[in-house]
Amino acid sequence: MAHQNDLNLKATELRLGLPGTDESEDMVSTAKNNKRASPASVNDSGLNSAAKSADNETSSASKAQIVGWPPVRSYRKNNLQPKKADSETGIYVKVSMDGAPYLRKVDLKVYNGYSDLLKALESMFKLSIGEYSEREGYKGSEYAPAYEDKDGDLMLVGDVPWDMFMSSCKRLRIMNGSEAKGLGCAL
Amino acid sequence: MSEDEELPDLVGGSTRSSNSTAVSGGGDQNYVSPSPDQVLENVIENVLYFLTSRHDRNAASLVCKSWYHAEALTRSELFIGNCYSVSPCRVTNRFKLIKAIAIKGKPRFSDFSLLPPDWGAHFAPWLRAMAVSYRALEKVYLKRMCVSDEDLAIAAHSFPILKELVLVCCEGFGTDGLAIVARECRHIRVLELVDSDITDDEVDWISCFPDDVTCLESLIFDCVESPINFEALERLVARSPSLKKLRLNSYISIRQLYCLMIRAPQLTHLGTGSFSTLEIVAQGEQEPDYISAFAACKSLICLSGFKDINPEYLSAIYPVCGNLTSLNLSYANISAEQLKPVICQCHKLQTFWALDSVSDEGLQAVSAACKDLRELRVFPVEALEDAEGPVSEVGLLAISEGCRKLQSILYFCQRMTNAAVVAMSKNCPDLVVFRLCIMGRHRPDHVTGEPMDEGFGAIVKNCKKLTRLAVSGLLTDRAFNYIGQYGKLLRTLSVAFAGNTDLGLKYLLEGCPKLLKLEIRDSPFGDSALFAGLHHYYNMRFMWLSSCKVTRHGCEEVARQLPGLVVEVIALNEEDKETNEYVDTMYLYRSLDRPRADAPRMMVRPPLIVGKALYKYKAGLPLAGLKISRSPCGSMYLSS
Repeated sequence: MAHQNDLNLKATELRLGLPGTDESEDMVSTAKNNKRASPASVNDSGLNSAAKSADNETSSASKAQIVGWPPVRSYRKNNLQPKKADSETGIYVKVSMDGAPYLRKVDLKVYNGYSDLLKALESMFKLSIGEYSEREGYKGSEYAPAYEDKDGDLMLVGDVPWDMFMSSCKRLRIMNGSEAKGLGCAL
Repeated sequence: MSEDEELPDLVGGSTRSSNSTAVSGGGDQNYVSPSPDQVLENVIENVLYFLTSRHDRNAASLVCKSWYHAEALTRSELFIGNCYSVSPCRVTNRFKLIKAIAIKGKPRFSDFSLLPPDWGAHFAPWLRAMAVSYRALEKVYLKRMCVSDEDLAIAAHSFPILKELVLVCCEGFGTDGLAIVARECRHIRVLELVDSDITDDEVDWISCFPDDVTCLESLIFDCVESPINFEALERLVARSPSLKKLRLNSYISIRQLYCLMIRAPQLTHLGTGSFSTLEIVAQGEQEPDYISAFAACKSLICLSGFKDINPEYLSAIYPVCGNLTSLNLSYANISAEQLKPVICQCHKLQTFWALDSVSDEGLQAVSAACKDLRELRVFPVEALEDAEGPVSEVGLLAISEGCRKLQSILYFCQRMTNAAVVAMSKNCPDLVVFRLCIMGRHRPDHVTGEPMDEGFGAIVKNCKKLTRLAVSGLLTDRAFNYIGQYGKLLRTLSVAFAGNTDLGLKYLLEGCPKLLKLEIRDSPFGDSALFAGLHHYYNMRFMWLSSCKVTRHGCEEVARQLPGLVVEVIALNEEDKETNEYVDTMYLYRSLDRPRADAPRMMVRPPLIVGKALYKYKAGLPLAGLKISRSPCGSMYLSS
């Protein structure tokens, strides 16, 4: 199904990452990368088998974890078991903006990619960020989105592939455009 | 659709008349000698003042216009079951004297990640309206709402005599917001944060309470996942002589708990925090006398916490067991052997929450000791479909035999039998809430191999007071037939992975006249079942159908036929929205308001315009008057 199509493309895709790591082992509930709560992918097995007996159903979806089932609040689940990197917990990062009194929080898993994220930030902070270009960063705007990565370095948002960004971003910071000029240069 | 349109006014009464006089508190200042009608109105106002139940008040407001006005002017507590059912300004126009408000937002299935995170339920629009109209507001209760730090700041400034703030299952704010509340709300008596997702903004909010004696009666922060300045907390407790309820988070060690308890022996409700030693303790250092701390709390009736329990310390609570009416061990992974010495002393216990780690044997001990038990909740340590499952029908049966006064049960298990459920239906006739979650989908009676129809059938038949039911396991349409036939008082029903055909849902919609909240997932109910409820949807707060077999067309048809409904069609994936025959999620609810502008998905109301507009959008033609936007989750929404 969806996985099989992806797999063909992924074989030839240029990515930064260790060979052999891909999303095909992900649980069915994260069929779509970056998205939360995707019951669509388990719809088939769920709906068809609802009318069938238990036997058929358990063989087809035995290892798949159904989103939101059993119905235990994630707060409760997280408190009991050591936090696993599972599909239901989001990737929350704090977002600060220079001059704004309050921190916000976003879940990176919710966004498709950079343009989605930036649009959300624009609407959250009521500003415009402008177009990204590899050479010139965020030209034409007073603001530039930056992030702190795992090593504590301040990087310009958009420099690295989205997946890599999602796993390395620790904190987002919307800086004044002028301050951000130094970022986004060759790594 | 504007507010002036003719609609069945679901909250009672019609548009206000303009005959307000000085006596009724309206704007006019011209005093006129009261007419007999006016005298009657005064009397009614005075009498209505004593009516507290909102159901009684709703009924009173429907009698006639003057009762409607009198009721509107004397209502002081407001309950909004669905924040989108009515606009804030409509509420503030009608009710002038509100001192306490409760607002519920997202549907319950959002707790299980079935709703996009940016769906809505923002407190801000309500806050804006109330900041103008209800400056004397004293109590705010929010459940499943998005509340930001700014909202908390605005609330603190707008409601100078705010006394109670209770946030249950809320999100969007952090310790920054808590700091503002602590600092600015000088009259705060109750600050309760329950199961909410609170960001750690690295702010010491406990230190923000004013330095002088506080009027705090309840401070509940066990869900705040961030370190607390303990010294500041200790000083706060010391200067809060009225403090009765204190629930600590898991960053508080048992030693710190001890210090707090000896300062506050008047506590009635205590959440113990981690209940283990978190600090590095010097070799040979004396352990505080925990038992004596508990013994000093003579008024303690409700105990919870135990977030990271060291079971060796459990015996410290023995002195209070005999007085406890409520014990929550649902974060304590303890065995039956560890539970028994505690529970056998809890003779007065009415509410007990535990993990299934206590196993059937532990539940047998509960059954033997807690003859007054009213509410039991058993949560799974491993919330997985194919886990071991230490509790079963054995535990359920034991409870039913020992705890005859049981009113409410939530029971997670891996295996169950019809016989045990039938037994409970007969042994516990006072059951009002019966929620059984057999964690394996479509799992039958593990002894007979039969569907669980007969068990649930017996529950609805024998438990004549039942108002809330959650079903699970292998269920055919027959189970729903039983529910429709006998569930005449049923208000809330939760269904998952059940039923065979549309008949299942039809039985419910045709048979249960009091059905108010219906949530269904992954069940084969389609459009024809959806249409079977048209006569009833205006009487419901909401209906949720996800991963069922309803189509876009079916949803549009319902919206077309019932203009007083909002029918939300939620697609969780961009692609699926276009290609799937069935909608991912349909969430319908009655509303006196036009479709909300903050929706992150397609609104199917009014359906014809939406249908055409989307069609035009796909063809690339410009749309007049309607704006299409995309939300971060990829869904489209329309607003005018």
